[in-house]
Amino acid sequence: MMKEGVKYTGVPSAEELEQIPGIAGEARFEEGPVAVIECVQEIPCNPCEKACPFGAIAVGQPITNLPVLDEAKCTGCGSCLAKCPGLAIFLVHKNYTEATALVEFPFEYLPLPKAGDTVACGGRDGAYVCDGRVVKVNQNKAFDGTTLVSVEVPKKYYMTVRTICRKGRA
Amino acid sequence: MRKVQVIVIGAGPAGLAACIEIAKAGGKAVLIDENGKPGGQLFKQIHKFFGSREHRAGVRGYNIGNQLLKETEDLGVEVFLDSPVYGLFRHPEGILVSYMHEGRERGLVGEKVILATGAAENALTFPGGTLPGVMGAGCAQTMINVNRVLPGEKIIMVGSGNVGLIVSYQLMQAGADVLALIEAAPSIGGYGVHAGKIRRAGVPILVGHTIKRVIGREQVEAVEIVALDEKFREIPGTEQTVACDTVCIAVGLTPLTELAWMAGCEFAFIPALGGHIPIHDGDMATTVAGLYVAGDIAGAEEASTAMEEGRLAGIAASEALGLYGPATAAPLKEAVWTRMDALRTGPFGQKRYEAKAQMLEIAKGGKQ
Repeated sequence: MMKEGVKYTGVPSAEELEQIPGIAGEARFEEGPVAVIECVQEIPCNPCEKACPFGAIAVGQPITNLPVLDEAKCTGCGSCLAKCPGLAIFLVHKNYTEATALVEFPFEYLPLPKAGDTVACGGRDGAYVCDGRVVKVNQNKAFDGTTLVSVEVPKKYYMTVRTICRKGRA
Repeated sequence: MRKVQVIVIGAGPAGLAACIEIAKAGGKAVLIDENGKPGGQLFKQIHKFFGSREHRAGVRGYNIGNQLLKETEDLGVEVFLDSPVYGLFRHPEGILVSYMHEGRERGLVGEKVILATGAAENALTFPGGTLPGVMGAGCAQTMINVNRVLPGEKIIMVGSGNVGLIVSYQLMQAGADVLALIEAAPSIGGYGVHAGKIRRAGVPILVGHTIKRVIGREQVEAVEIVALDEKFREIPGTEQTVACDTVCIAVGLTPLTELAWMAGCEFAFIPALGGHIPIHDGDMATTVAGLYVAGDIAGAEEASTAMEEGRLAGIAASEALGLYGPATAAPLKEAVWTRMDALRTGPFGQKRYEAKAQMLEIAKGGKQ
């Protein structure tokens, strides 16, 4: 039987995601965009703490602590996304429109999508979830080669979609 | 024969960091490397590093390499490239380092010598393992990130440590498809966030699987994999054949210790650090007077701890040369230890922390 969890599959289980301090409560998602820090293992790493201009992310000492998100301080600016070496921070705007959510994630493959494209969106395991519309492709120089892609997807997938499906070789 | 205060062998992160500390102390260091360019493995690390700000976390490895090179240049460190060191010998004024350059044997005497020779990739033996297309993951990483050559288009990665996970990711960035990553152990060895990146790209990670054989006439054409039980025995009937053109092996590193053996260092066998390791104390000093180790030769870890160990060896060698008094050196060394301990905490660092503590005990004369 396949065991669940990041140690066995590389994908954090629902239970693991529930237990970590980097994800805001349900109510916060209703209010506006918020960072989702899917960091479930105690590894020595803390750039996210300094990346937040509002002091909404705390790691402290030892640096293996899991990052703690202060959901009240997080403005959903997305400054932390490209700073995470693990590419484990996402920006989720659940109520982007009445029917859709906006999910922003780091993407470091070519070819890059273009704003307006309809793309296949995938989950944490890379499997297809739904089609989405690319809203923004952000290649800010400060991101040091990491591109942030925002996709608009049906609202129910706001905690499911985490990437666009990488296209393999033809 | 020319004599210098310190000779550092190996221009990777540990060796560069050691030279920087010696130069900062006002000492004269010569850095010798067999390669045509300094930097060791740093220039193929195109991902953003982990750690804290002091470890330049969030900066891509090759940029850390560029920063280190600039610092060594600014500090006037002399670098001998294309110069493989083949021998260390006792000398009345220190240690004689013999090396080759442009086909000729040359020598240089160092009052102190720091070995920062790194580590080599482990091999894995299976039928078909000598076919073209089977290679170390580090080799594939050098091909794509340094030489910009794609080793293949359909890749099977063996080993789920951070090297296997990161190189899988980078092979996809370079345009290859990674068909699967297989791992004999029942769980993933490296960081979950690295595993998560390749999972989001659709790569299956098969724990409890190994490679049975590679199939091909002139080159890799397919690989047969098989599931393993909890005692690492093959489970009959679980064989699957996957068509591919490249098999990358990422099953750990072994410290490159030849020069330390030759110099007469005493060794300890510590599997968590990669096998036989020259015994070294809290100053990175070996059992041979004037000889230090730093980086993967002192236990295979990663670039951030290698840089810290290089700094520590550099500070300690400077102190031994009288460039620093003990009162100046102590807080500098303490600061390195604090940063290094931070890198060895948590579930991934604990084993290495304990192994290094064991090494300190051995160096103090405790039982192995």
